[in-house]
Amino acid sequence: MEDTFGEEDFLNEDEPVAAHEVLQTLEDAWLNEKFCPDLLPSQDMYVEAMMEQIQQMEDNLTKLKKTDFRVEVHHMELARIRYIITSYLRTRLEKIEQNTAFILEQESTRGPENAYMSEGELNFAREFLALQENHHKQLVLKHVPPPFQDFMSTQQSLVPNLRSHVFLRAKKDVNGVVIEGDRDTRDEEVDLEENSQHIMQYKPIANLVQDGSVQLI
Amino acid sequence: MFCEKSLKLIKEFDRSQEAMPPFDDDGVRQVFEEMRGLYDQNVAAANDTTADPDGTAISSIAIRHAALERNKRCLMAYVFNRIRKVRNMRWQFGSILPPEIKANLCEPEIQWFNNYSKCLARYMKSIGGQGLNLAQDVKPPKSLYVEVRSLIDYGKFELDNGEVVLLKKHSTHLMSRAQCEPLIIQGILEQISH
Repeated sequence: MEDTFGEEDFLNEDEPVAAHEVLQTLEDAWLNEKFCPDLLPSQDMYVEAMMEQIQQMEDNLTKLKKTDFRVEVHHMELARIRYIITSYLRTRLEKIEQNTAFILEQESTRGPENAYMSEGELNFAREFLALQENHHKQLVLKHVPPPFQDFMSTQQSLVPNLRSHVFLRAKKDVNGVVIEGDRDTRDEEVDLEENSQHIMQYKPIANLVQDGSVQLI
Repeated sequence: MFCEKSLKLIKEFDRSQEAMPPFDDDGVRQVFEEMRGLYDQNVAAANDTTADPDGTAISSIAIRHAALERNKRCLMAYVFNRIRKVRNMRWQFGSILPPEIKANLCEPEIQWFNNYSKCLARYMKSIGGQGLNLAQDVKPPKSLYVEVRSLIDYGKFELDNGEVVLLKKHSTHLMSRAQCEPLIIQGILEQISH
């Protein structure tokens, strides 16, 4: 993808380097989000920046002649970028829908400056939860005996499985990742070498994904 | 046996070959009845303090209570999983449901679908300030143009660049992928090359 992207620089001379970095960040975020069982902090700043870029490139493309060979290449590139963005946002939405109550509760403990969801996503999550509650109430809860009419208690059982295994590649050396043992094994410490690849549970490396030391693959 | 009906509800839904099995009003009602019966028995047993010299009453209350919880759980799962299916259809067909699907939904489910559509539209409008349709670009693009065959007599279709193509049954066209994607999803076109 990089090779064709390089050509696009002439389309946005102001910040060719930035555009490249934005795309790389988005690609990483997309892969992380795709393979991570939990919701990760939103990269909506980058999404917005990239969408502006797309708009700009599309405008520029209309100025080029239709028969120009470059038009095709750039259209293809734009389609790819659009796919990454939509797929990224779709994956997030899916998680929000799946674990709405859990995610909203986690979010409420975080405070606005380090929120994980963008404003749009937060609104969506709230509306979606209300929708679910109303629907279950109508079809089930109002027909069952009073002590069983509580909606939240059932919703809270839907939580992401943080112990599921993920593939990952270390972007830099990380020492002393503690892997919790179960009844039969003791806690273990592992060192991740730069560029080494591993399979392990998501939980011990959750914070490493967030600070960018490892990349899920 | 307790909870057999609620389990049957879920099993049948899970095994169904239909795209959307009809809402099992009767099955759900039977579970409600079972729950009401269990609950009444429990209330009666709890109020009757004279009985229970050997502690048997307390254990049957516990069992009935567990059965009640399980029934509720199953009902919720039934309703929830139906909604999941309806949700996937929103992504597949857009905000208008095919009539044969709609016929199998119950009234609250249709309402849910409409509200969900609205909710989703609001969110998509808010993305990046200018809005982004997430139902597009569902598959990673391999090439810009794809060969498609028209499955029905659709008539004229205007492309982004202003050209008009006539989509006749069995006619094949080379079209830009982004443009024909919605038509493929709706079943108007069929992709014949990748």
